[in-house]
Amino acid sequence: MTHASLLRRITDYANRANPYPLYTELRKTPVLHEEDGGPYLVSSYWDIENLLHDPRISSDAANLAAAGADEAGGIEQTGLPPSFIRLDPPEHDRLRRIANRSFGPPHSPRRIDSMRGELAEIVSGLIDGLADAQQIDLVDQFAYPFPVTVICRLLGVPREDEPRFRAWVDPLVASLDPDTSGNDTERKRAAQEARMQLGMYLAGLVEQRQKEPRDDMLSELVTSHGPDGPMTMMEVLSTAVLLLIAGHETTVNLITNGMLTLLRHPEILQRLREDPGLAVNIVEELLRYEPPVQLVPQRTCIADIEVRGVTIPKGSRIWLVLAAGNRDPERFQDPDRFDPDRSDIQHLGFGSGIHSCFGAPLARLETQIALTELARRLDNPRLVEDPPPYRQNAVLRGPRHLNIGMDGVRP
Amino acid sequence: MAAEDFLDWLRREGRIVIVGASLAGLRAAETLRAEGFAGSLTMIGDEPYEPYDRPPLSKAVLLGKASPHHTELPRRREIDAKWRLGVAATGLDMGAKRVRLADGDEVEYDRLLIATGVRARPWPKEAEAQLDGVFVLRTRDDAVGLHRRLKASPRRVFVIGAGFTGSEIASACREHGIEVTVAERAGAPLVGALGGVVGAVAAELHRDNGVDLRTGVMVTALEGDTVGRVRAAHLSDGSVIETDLVVVSLGATRNTDWLAGSGLGAGPRGIACDAGCRAFDFRGIVTDDIFVAGDVARSPHPLFGYQFLSLEHWGNAITQAEIAAHNMISASAERRPHMWVPAFWSSQFGVNIKSVGVPSMGDQIMITQGSLAERRFIGVYGYQGRVIAAVSFDNTRWLEFYQRLIETAAPFPVEFPTVDRRPEGRQPIPSDFPDPSLPTHGPTVTLSGYSPSDRHLVFTPARH
Repeated sequence: MTHASLLRRITDYANRANPYPLYTELRKTPVLHEEDGGPYLVSSYWDIENLLHDPRISSDAANLAAAGADEAGGIEQTGLPPSFIRLDPPEHDRLRRIANRSFGPPHSPRRIDSMRGELAEIVSGLIDGLADAQQIDLVDQFAYPFPVTVICRLLGVPREDEPRFRAWVDPLVASLDPDTSGNDTERKRAAQEARMQLGMYLAGLVEQRQKEPRDDMLSELVTSHGPDGPMTMMEVLSTAVLLLIAGHETTVNLITNGMLTLLRHPEILQRLREDPGLAVNIVEELLRYEPPVQLVPQRTCIADIEVRGVTIPKGSRIWLVLAAGNRDPERFQDPDRFDPDRSDIQHLGFGSGIHSCFGAPLARLETQIALTELARRLDNPRLVEDPPPYRQNAVLRGPRHLNIGMDGVRP
Repeated sequence: MAAEDFLDWLRREGRIVIVGASLAGLRAAETLRAEGFAGSLTMIGDEPYEPYDRPPLSKAVLLGKASPHHTELPRRREIDAKWRLGVAATGLDMGAKRVRLADGDEVEYDRLLIATGVRARPWPKEAEAQLDGVFVLRTRDDAVGLHRRLKASPRRVFVIGAGFTGSEIASACREHGIEVTVAERAGAPLVGALGGVVGAVAAELHRDNGVDLRTGVMVTALEGDTVGRVRAAHLSDGSVIETDLVVVSLGATRNTDWLAGSGLGAGPRGIACDAGCRAFDFRGIVTDDIFVAGDVARSPHPLFGYQFLSLEHWGNAITQAEIAAHNMISASAERRPHMWVPAFWSSQFGVNIKSVGVPSMGDQIMITQGSLAERRFIGVYGYQGRVIAAVSFDNTRWLEFYQRLIETAAPFPVEFPTVDRRPEGRQPIPSDFPDPSLPTHGPTVTLSGYSPSDRHLVFTPARH
């Protein structure tokens, strides 16, 4: 009998609900390389942390294409340049800096915090809408609509267009799922098509904003006058596509994984109900314990790199398995325990280094507010099925549905 | 009492005195309590304030973005200490294990931690230093006074010395739209810390931001008016700068005067201690009840040729305090060495500058990422074929990688490719320190491990 490779078992949907035993197995071989031409998997906390700061590691889509993953062709077809997450410095730095001018400090220090009231309002509205239901699907009725509404408002995308761009976002997100079977031409083609459609849709909005700027990020991206100059139209579009997708796909999972984890730890759910201040630690521990981005499969090395005595040759693909690093016993005591009281909750949930999550402040605030309000208002919530059905994606991992039974909604 | 009984007793009911109630003192106290010290703890500080944070004083506070009254250090835990604030320590009796205080009191200790830090070096001509409008910037009171005068729209501020503090002050002034002249003896700002190659970038930063930068000059005199207010500064090139505010930024002096005659190995360069933070007496013998941490400590660093380094670095103060506190109440086999890699940061003219290692040891530099012209780069310093330090301008997130290179004595020049490597960064060039300190050639020691309990030294004999 032949055993499937660890890599294939990790990407295999059958293990989606609980990949953590596989990650434990993975950490036994800190640098795992199972097939010629396949990626090198790195799974221990310190190694990942080091590689995220290693300038011999490239995020450039062109380097990845050269390393064997055929993506460059797709870029040409869509006509949209890669977003900054798929670029190296100096281009990455320039685009991220321009995007950041309208998002965070030093130029917009209060942008996120000033949304607090608005976020609370959206959350209240969604929970009010659950009315007297005895059972809800947390994903469809709350965890998805909430961040989508937020990112639409922030960017300036009309909320009512959501069903349209939903059709484009889905294939794009699916294309982020590493396919280890090797025949995903159709999936890639669908993703390219979707990216182009989404880009064209956004181009319409951007054109409007050029004529009539409003108080939203799209307007600020097209009218930016920082020392880096403006983004080109194409750069604005790829940045907007990135922010639109990254701005909600991950938060949906963070909120859903969060509620799932709390329902599995009712004593902590109870504590959160009594002390909303605990939300900060709960969200940090969640990012460690159930990170929404499980692994980063898009890096290549531009020089030979030695990791724990293994030389990863120049030109190889590297997968940084963040979720495995987050439960590395070398780094954390009792890593498989969900414990928001840890004195040292650091994690790789948002990555690290120059590509560390751009939207982290927003994701944190959204999830803190969401979990606190769910804990406060859902009356006697309980899991209907455990584990819940998961989404296909191994990279952006989370439940597709989370059915919760309850006695009602508190005012 | 047997050694382990003593230790038990010490942890339960011993008396620990910490002289110096700033960053290092506070973090040491917190660590003692966190590690179970239940005895009496006394904190002695010459300033009347509870521990506060200094880095904002030359940045956010001067800019008016933070109040000098609200830079208290966040507390990690309750420390349940007796506070003796506003009272300086004036002497130490090592035999009787007592600290003498300015108010005549004496405090007995079983273990003493000295964390008295440094003070700003004043303008050496006392009469001129007394003129109204002449400032140094070290304490909260200094910052309050200086900020008040900056708000009163001075015609021009004159800064003596373009090290980090001087440059930060000049930057704050420009951000306020205040005219500022900076006089520096070296050829460029930051030259002493980072060398001439990087100093040239700093000089451009000053000038592009409207600073009247005078390099290669000394200040010969400060001139007052009839009522004792400063009105002008005279430079060695014969020029005279009219000003009504002078900030003297000539570095720091270690607060060791109070230890004169105590028998401790304390002098103008600090208090020598071993890697475990135990102070040496003047005979070079290590004490076992007196520990040192923070800016006032000088300890040998294996990674840098066992040079005795004294570091005025925020992060160093914290780590050293934690190690000292741990060692104070631990058996010898449980003690840990302080092997922190020097690191500091600065923020000026909108640029984040951070350095790791000991740049001034590096005789060569390579720009491995970014470019000097864009003022966004990483410079790697080399010394005798190994990486000894790195500096970043607006590129902090990569620096951790270079710290590992320093810790593992990685070869210099840096041959491997890096993202954002430009043609200018392919060859090393002289780093251009005015007076290169040349540490002795010797075998190599490298660091491994992450947490304090598993940090190890690896010794590699010299290759011939």
